[in-house]
This record gives sequence, C-alpha cells and structure tokens, in this order.
Amino acid sequence: MNDKYKIYTGLFIFIAMVTFPFWYNLGKAAPVPEIKLSEKAKAAGACVRPVAYMKTQHMTLLDAWRDSVVRDGKRAYVNGSGKEFRMSLTDTCLGCHSERAAFCDRCHNYVSVKLDCWNCHIDPKENA
Amino acid sequence: MESRRRSFLKIAGVSALGLGLRPVLDVFASSGAQGDAPQVLENEKALSAKQWAMVIDTRHIRSIGDIEVMMAACHRIHNVPLLANKNHEVKWIWAERFKHAFPAKAHEYVNEKLSDLSLPVLCNHCENPPCVRVCPTQATFKRPDGIVSMDYHRCIGCRFCMAACPYGSRSFNFRDPRPFIPKIDSHFPTRMMGVVEKCNFCAERLAVGKMPACVAVSGGILTFGDLEDPESGVRKLLKSHYTIRRRQSLGTGPRVYYII
Repeated sequence: MNDKYKIYTGLFIFIAMVTFPFWYNLGKAAPVPEIKLSEKAKAAGACVRPVAYMKTQHMTLLDAWRDSVVRDGKRAYVNGSGKEFRMSLTDTCLGCHSERAAFCDRCHNYVSVKLDCWNCHIDPKENA
Repeated sequence: MESRRRSFLKIAGVSALGLGLRPVLDVFASSGAQGDAPQVLENEKALSAKQWAMVIDTRHIRSIGDIEVMMAACHRIHNVPLLANKNHEVKWIWAERFKHAFPAKAHEYVNEKLSDLSLPVLCNHCENPPCVRVCPTQATFKRPDGIVSMDYHRCIGCRFCMAACPYGSRSFNFRDPRPFIPKIDSHFPTRMMGVVEKCNFCAERLAVGKMPACVAVSGGILTFGDLEDPESGVRKLLKSHYTIRRRQSLGTGPRVYYII
C-alpha cells in the first residue's frame, strides 16, 4: 500500500466535490414564499373551490377547464355552493388574482416549476 | 381445516351476498356525493348546431376592400400576427383570386367578372377533414357541431396537417408571433412559436351567442348557420342558388359554399 496517501487524497477530493452543493448551501435555505392576495381576491373571500383544494389541485382544475372549454365547448363552471364562473384563465383566474408575480410566480419559482401558460395566454398587466 | 361440502357452501353463500352488496353501496355513495360536486355547463346564450356551415355570396362583393374588412375583424380579435415575409405569413381568412380558389373551374377565357374577382377563403371545416386524420397528437379534432378545431396545448408543430389540407387553411408560426400582433386582445390567447393555427369558426363567439366576426362585419356577403336545419339561412340560400365548393372532388366535404 504505497499509494495510501494518493488514494485518500483522491477520495477526499471526490467526496468534497460530490457533497459540495450540500455544505455550500448549508443554512441558506430560501424562506417559504408568502403568497400575496390581491385586493380583489381578498374582497371576493372565496375561490372557485375551497382554498385547501385550490392549493393542492389548482393544476388539475386548470387542466379540466382547458379540456372542457377546448374539447367540449362547455365554458360555465358551477361550484359546490352553486356559484357560476366563466372558465377563462385570463378573465376569471387572472381577473381576481391580478398580481401574477406575487401570486403565481413566487411559489412556482420556489419549487422550480416552469410555467408555460404565458407563452400564449395573456397577462393583462403585461400588455396594459 | 377439513374441507366439507357444508362449510364450502356457507362460504360461497356469504361471498355471493358480499358481491351483490357492492352495486347497492355504490349507488348510495354516489347519490350522497352528487349534492356539492361542481358542474360543467354550456352557456345559456350559446348558439348551437348539428353542423355549422357558411355560404359566401360573391355577387355582393364590390371590391377587395369588402374582404379586407372581414380579415381585419377576424385577425384583430384572434391576435393573428401581421408578418411582412410571405413565407412566415399567418392567416385565418384571406382574399384569393377566383382562378386560385377554384383552379379546376377557371380557364383562360373565363368571363371578365370572374377573372377579376377576389373572394374570401378560410378553413372549410370539412365533413371529412384530412388534417384531423393526420394529426399524431389529436391536437386537431372535429367538434360535434362540425367545427374543425385545434387544441394549441397539444400541437407539436409537425405540420402534417398543413401538408394534408388541400386549401392551405393552416399557418405555421415560424417566429414568435407576439411582437407582430398590432394590438393584443387580452380576451383571446396568442399562439407561440412552433405551433400551427387556423380559423375556428369563432367557436368562442358562438359560445356567448354571437355570430362569427367575419359574418358580423360582412354586410350580408357571408351567411352562417346550421346545415342540418332546413329553416336556417344557409339552407335557404343553398336551396335557391347554384353553389360550388372548393376542390369538392377530393371528397373532404367542405362546409363553405360559394354562390358565383
């Protein structure tokens, strides 16, 4: 074992490099983002579905809305409490949650989810 | 355990009862949940038809200006970009010379009126649409009311549909269209680079009880209605006039008719 030191040095460098992201970011965890509700959303008090459902399932709901509007031509959504909504991302969702940067982007950036909604759908603020 | 005829019959009896119980429980379960489940409905004012169709009365076209009005109305509300390069052009409805729209019907001695005529052309919303057949992702599909529609979310930009459409009714976004839209209408999405787009017979306007934009501004040149309703405007026009369709012999069953 004449190469003991070489092997240990190599191993040390290897482990240090592999674990680099962990100790480099130690104690620097980004704080959980706070969602900022727009005044209009606060005033409305309730979303299309209960808040807990919207938090976990909004993407499923948006997908279902998309398929219903595009494929079946059905554009009206009546929720559990009997309130009717027009299924439109720009007009209904963004009509209330008008602060896209403070509402959508904050969380999605935090969890590193890249949205492609805005490639086509229009953020009214952006084009104001 | 010793297996006896008697104990086997007991177990078999209980199992059969259990299987029979399942459908009963399902009924109770679903009836309870239905109360507050959300519903998806059609708009009350929505216009509906078994088969939408259009009749274009070319006798009323005085100049190409009449067609430009329709183009402007359509392209404005659908955020269709205005690209100067002909190779990148995106169009939903446009003007075409008679000899180009009906190459099989034109000849060099065709009368002066027809040789000078420009007429509006758009997606024919075929009965048997080749674009739907070739689409590998089912991004293009035929709705129950006959409108050949697109789901831009699913389009992968393969352009098979463009090769399949004998009318050139489809355009590809070779560039990001946003910078070339004169004024973005926020009520309708734009498209992105790499997808195909086409006329949708204004499905979004029909859904709120409005006639298609081109029909609304056409001043009577265009008539829109249900082909399967004998009392509709299109059927009355078809009954009383001789009409032609573009490239009828290909068997696509175009739903846009021309009175010449």
